[in-house]
Amino acid sequence: MEENTAVKNGTSCQVLTFRLAEEVYGVDIMSVREVMDFAGVTKVPHTPDFMVGVINLRGNVVPVVDLKKKFRMGATERSVNTCIIIVEMQIDGESTILGALADSVQEVVEFEDSVIEDAPRIGTQLNTAFIAGMAKRESGFVIILNVNAVFSMNELSAIAQPAAEEHAE
Amino acid sequence: MSADVHQEVFIQEATELLQELEESLLELDDNREDMELVARVFRAMHTIKGSGAMFGFENIAALVHSIETSYDLVRNGKLGITKPMLDYSLKACDIIKEMLTDPAMKADSPLALEISAFFTETGGQAPAKKVHEPVSKEALLVRQNLTTFRITFKPSPEILLYGSNPELLVKEVAALGEASVSALTTHMPDLNSIEPEKCYTYWEIILTTDKSENDVRDVFIFVQDESEININIIDDFTGGGDNLKRIGEILLEKGDINNEDLTALMDERKLIGEVMVEKGLVSQDALDAALTEQQHVRQIREQKAAAENISSVRVPSEKLDFLVDLVGELVTVQARLSQIAVKENNQEMLKVAEEVERLVWELRDNTMSIRMLEIGSTFSKFKRLVRDLSAELGKEIELVTHGGETEIDKTVIEKLGDPLVHLIRNSIDHGIETPQERIAAGKEEKGHIILSANHSGDSVLIEISDDGKGIDKAAVLKKAKAKGLVSEGTELSDKDVFDLIFAPGFSTAEKVSSVSGRGVGMDVVRRNIEALRGTIDIASVQGKGTNITLKLPLTLAIIDGLLVVIDDQFFIIPLSIVNECIEFNEAAHRSSSGRRIIMVRNELIPYIHLRSFFNIQSEAPEIQQIVIIELDGRRVGFVVDSVVGDHQTVIKSLGKAFKDIECISGASVLGDGSVALIVDVQKIYTGIE
Repeated sequence: MEENTAVKNGTSCQVLTFRLAEEVYGVDIMSVREVMDFAGVTKVPHTPDFMVGVINLRGNVVPVVDLKKKFRMGATERSVNTCIIIVEMQIDGESTILGALADSVQEVVEFEDSVIEDAPRIGTQLNTAFIAGMAKRESGFVIILNVNAVFSMNELSAIAQPAAEEHAE
Repeated sequence: MSADVHQEVFIQEATELLQELEESLLELDDNREDMELVARVFRAMHTIKGSGAMFGFENIAALVHSIETSYDLVRNGKLGITKPMLDYSLKACDIIKEMLTDPAMKADSPLALEISAFFTETGGQAPAKKVHEPVSKEALLVRQNLTTFRITFKPSPEILLYGSNPELLVKEVAALGEASVSALTTHMPDLNSIEPEKCYTYWEIILTTDKSENDVRDVFIFVQDESEININIIDDFTGGGDNLKRIGEILLEKGDINNEDLTALMDERKLIGEVMVEKGLVSQDALDAALTEQQHVRQIREQKAAAENISSVRVPSEKLDFLVDLVGELVTVQARLSQIAVKENNQEMLKVAEEVERLVWELRDNTMSIRMLEIGSTFSKFKRLVRDLSAELGKEIELVTHGGETEIDKTVIEKLGDPLVHLIRNSIDHGIETPQERIAAGKEEKGHIILSANHSGDSVLIEISDDGKGIDKAAVLKKAKAKGLVSEGTELSDKDVFDLIFAPGFSTAEKVSSVSGRGVGMDVVRRNIEALRGTIDIASVQGKGTNITLKLPLTLAIIDGLLVVIDDQFFIIPLSIVNECIEFNEAAHRSSSGRRIIMVRNELIPYIHLRSFFNIQSEAPEIQQIVIIELDGRRVGFVVDSVVGDHQTVIKSLGKAFKDIECISGASVLGDGSVALIVDVQKIYTGIE
């Protein structure tokens, strides 16, 4: 995993932490463009249910992903704290921006390399390929996501349903 | 400016010249007697040689020189155009292209030497001729067709920085004939503000020569863009020796005195005509006639001057792309303004909003038209392709193009190149037979490929037709069955059979040649065309030929759309295919035995519920709307909740994450900032069919 080493190469890295249900996740701050309130999402038909839809980000149309649905943790309940984290990453070598739904965004934390460990092989609900590392801190673990793996082309487009058949006369 | 910048400009210019050269050469192949074309070839070569040497591409200059000499002989009627000559010239174009990207490449590569040798032979060892031989005064006086020019040469102050020496140019002009040169220093600033690297002097040269104005202009050919060069004929010795100009006229012509001052001065005296009339030498009528004549000549001249001033501007295409983006954003903001104006119901604001709307539309149309390019530039590329490939395959093929002046968006043209190359290659390789086969089939030995373009509504139709052997339907079917694309025993219409050609991995060629037959072809072509929101159609008659029609949108950036609502979501249907909208009451139609067909003015039209097609989970309102669209001559209805109206749709891509979605072709941002999805009607229609 390229990103595993990317996280661990420096002496420390900054991570934006956010909450999905009861767990705390993090993404490398370098891939985060901005965080915005949840509003005005347009659902796109014939897409997997974890694709919430698209939003208008200053004139650009940006897809939004429900991470909880993606990780099979149930749907994200909309609340005042619900946020969209806009991340920038590479899809097929092209820089792309995507939004990710989070129950709430917490803070930016700096982790020394020494406290970041590889993902455990068992014991998480998540596909380990999605995890760049686990950071220990007093209040528990932060699961640092590998953005490029979570939003890879295969993960996103796997399930475009052939709706035409369902509705054939 | 650094030398690099100049090289850059030269490379850009030379690339264009090479393209022009290639076009002319190919045309010349069809029409070898056309001296106009020879002259064009010669001029292009001359310029490439000249500016090549100037910007350090000596290798190019050396190569072109030998070729140019031969064309000079052709131009003077001492040599005829031959096929090898054209072949070598085209090869030379390729080499020069390489040299442009790699200046270190020497002119002594084997092919370059072969070319040089060939042309030196045909050119009869013509030595590099000195451009202008000095002319002795005596020789000059006996020559006929003498003209006296006044040449004003105002070099740009930076001319020395560009590496040109104006003095040498002046001397070169002076060597063309009998010349008196005056250097004028009226623009010289005072000593404090002089920049020694700049040239403040300008020259006025009175030259009497038997050369034409163009010959004189040629001297300045490399500085003419930066410098002001005026060449006027002041005396062409046709009117005898006695109509010398008056001093007032000369000063006026030179612009040293302006017309008002001169007239004011002249007014103090009586006009010569009036004096004549007074003295009874000429009648008033005769004078009026003469004055009218004078007026007429002046008007004609002014018109001519105005015509010459029409010019074009070269702009980097990124700037245009940026402009289109900006216009797109402006359209969105304008939509918002209009929406707010309507909501506030402020009369004054409504007026402004309308005005802005009108301006934005005009700006949009204008910007789009700037991006339109003639498709002919793409067509001419294919002439070369056809020529080379048909020679390689031992076939005789002529490419005929029509409608090269058809304009289409730059981005469409750029993305159209590869699919067209592929289709033409297919025609050459699979379509047109060898001359023997053609004769055996009772056809003309030479095959034809016709490439044509024309407008049709808001689309452009591009047709590629050949008179080759056509598509062998049986072979296609057999192959498709072998590949498992069709199950045994299925009946397929002609159209379905031809559609099989576009299936991924399908290739009918028995053998794989260098030209085509690798089976990665037609499906990629179709994908590329569909990515441009276009369609592709094949018609073919076995033994007669194949006709492929591409239908492409004029532009990709902004379209007119019809905004419709389903539930609380907005969708856009491209307005160009919308036929009409009619009210639709579900309950009233339920009786018709579950079939989704509606009767509109005695025509049965099938319809699709977009709500259920899009999986939108909510109750439909009682009264809905049917948007009837027309596709390939067939009408289909799409049921939506309501129709909002037309919408200037700035198309935004949904990006890679949604690239597999079939029913949505893009999105657009509405005035209130929400996103509307653009319905891909074509895909839904073919999907359901």
